[in-house]
Amino acid sequence: MPSSASDPATPGPAPDLAVVGAGPAGLAAAVNAAGLGLRVVLLDAGERPGGQYYRHPAPGLGADRPEALHHGWSAFAEREAALRAHRAAGRITYLPAHHVWTVVPDGPAWTLHAVAGPDEAAATLHARAVLLATGSYERQLPFPGWTLPGVVGAGGAQAMLKSGLVLPGRRVVVAGSGPLLLAVAGSLAAAGARVPAVVEAAAYGGYAGHVPALLRNPGKLAEAATYGSALLHRHIRLLTRHAVTEAHGADRVEAVTVARLDRDWRPVPGTARRIPCDALAVGHGLVPQLELATGLGCATRRSADGTAALALDAGQRTSVPGIWSAGETGGIGGAQLALLEGEIAAHAIAGRPVPAALARRRARLRAFADAMGAAHRPGTGWTEWLRDDTDACRCEEVPAGRIREAVADLGARDARTVKLLTRAGMGWCQGRMCGPAVAALAGEDPAPDRRPLSCPVPLRHLAELPPADG
Amino acid sequence: MSQTPRTLVGGAPSATYVLRFDGRELTAQAGQSIAAVLWGAGILAWRTTRERGAPRGAFCGIGSCYDCLVTVNGRPNQRACLVPARPGDTVTTQEGTGHAELGV
Ligand SMILES: Cc1cc2nc3c(=O)[nH]c(=O)nc-3n(C[C@H](O)[C@H](O)[C@H](O)COP(=O)(O)OP(=O)(O)OC[C@H]3O[C@@H](n4cnc5c(N)ncnc54)[C@H](O)[C@@H]3O)c2cc1C
Ligand code: FES
Repeated sequence: MPSSASDPATPGPAPDLAVVGAGPAGLAAAVNAAGLGLRVVLLDAGERPGGQYYRHPAPGLGADRPEALHHGWSAFAEREAALRAHRAAGRITYLPAHHVWTVVPDGPAWTLHAVAGPDEAAATLHARAVLLATGSYERQLPFPGWTLPGVVGAGGAQAMLKSGLVLPGRRVVVAGSGPLLLAVAGSLAAAGARVPAVVEAAAYGGYAGHVPALLRNPGKLAEAATYGSALLHRHIRLLTRHAVTEAHGADRVEAVTVARLDRDWRPVPGTARRIPCDALAVGHGLVPQLELATGLGCATRRSADGTAALALDAGQRTSVPGIWSAGETGGIGGAQLALLEGEIAAHAIAGRPVPAALARRRARLRAFADAMGAAHRPGTGWTEWLRDDTDACRCEEVPAGRIREAVADLGARDARTVKLLTRAGMGWCQGRMCGPAVAALAGEDPAPDRRPLSCPVPLRHLAELPPADG
Repeated sequence: MSQTPRTLVGGAPSATYVLRFDGRELTAQAGQSIAAVLWGAGILAWRTTRERGAPRGAFCGIGSCYDCLVTVNGRPNQRACLVPARPGDTVTTQEGTGHAELGV
């Protein structure tokens, strides 16, 4: 099979392990595996290691204190130093700006196909084992006005701030659900934005049923307390059991409507009020990014937050022998857990026993993540925010009314049929943005990511692929 | 605004340079994405949708939503949130073309 010039991993024997994703999970896995003697290739779509959590300015942007926007920067700095040392010693080949679009079996090994660099060159690699550490993207629940410029993802605003040192506006309402909102509000405010309110759809009382998981994670409680007191200190209002149900403006956001929610996230009539702002950072938690794994047939499970995640064993193995996974692909759980799971996977892939202390810490953090996920899982009443003319699918501009019609009049019972009838989810993002909404309108739980390719691929690359051997 | 992202993290860019956006000159700091340069200039929309011609810009910020598509130096369908701004780039508003030349 031809390999591109950008592929320094060939010639020579196939490396022991290919890690896809250089976020906390993939980075920890790569450096630990190399430390245990494996030859590793680490591929990442981004230009710099760190993933979504340790997203940081490019060196040219000249930030003296990138850690000002992060918790636990030293955990990243250590792994990054280890990555540099392993590269210098030839144990790790690091390939930034490589977007892997498919992984296919190749005898006893695996072949990975990637689109590389700004010129979208084709790159092909082989490895004996593959670790998928592709992380997550934000869960979006549509509402009228969510396509207006100035409405941005909560994590998206955070990502743009961390990597580009920019803000979407001066007065930014932060809304949605999940612990990420507190971090986002804190960073935006620290960087000079006014945050009139943090609007959280869940009631924090939702944690009440999970006190044991909380008590076993004092570090997490302390982190939450830090965020909470930072908000207090900056006079940011936290409205729980409230949602932004509409964004207003002609060409960009000028205000949002905020309403109180009942237990099922249905807006309570008569509680709506407007908050002026020039941007809205919104997100309802995160969704594991699974298309490479589901393409390989890896089994999934339903997580406490309602999303589909990979089913993994104690050594981070997927149901497909030779394919491993770590971090948020196995369920949303935060950077600390991702680092830990990367390390556990490295041990298991190297054929070493997983240290008991690591396994215990993982169990504790997973229990905490489940408690959070359950507390912030969207209630079924949120679809009442949608008017019939609200676009549910941003890419193909499919209004909610057309999806409701496909369900009510044309008998669509699942998101797949809705997609075929309406084109919702058939656009550029392949349903990443509208997936949860379309599933809810079709009356089912969101399905695991199933996309033939994990990113758009130049047709010439597809044309160059050798025929499948069966 | 007393505090800014820059004062928070300190330092200074290794270089600044000019890029053109629909005829306007914008200042980029070395290492910013095109979307960051546009946000920095207060510009939130740089594309119109195929169906309704509605304005769009960066939404997810991480390369998954494809709302930030833009034409860079004549090359359409580039994700502005991922593409680094380079000296002398010419960026133009993109009117939502379809999936030309890509398998999605
Ligand atoms: C937009 C966004 C913002 C966030 N902000 C915060 C925050 O401020 N605070 C916080 O506590 N948590 C935040 N999170 C959650 C945080 O990212 C996770 O807890 C943590 O980073 C999980 O680590 P991970 O290694 O599993 O995945 P990630 O950090 O997401 O890393 C996955 C990596 O895989 C790469 N990748 C994905 N698909 C491919 C592919 N096909 N080919 C090649 N590379 C690929 C990505 O480029 C990325 O670098 C955010 C999440 C998102 C989505
Ligand atoms: S903002 Fe979503 S792809 Fe660029």
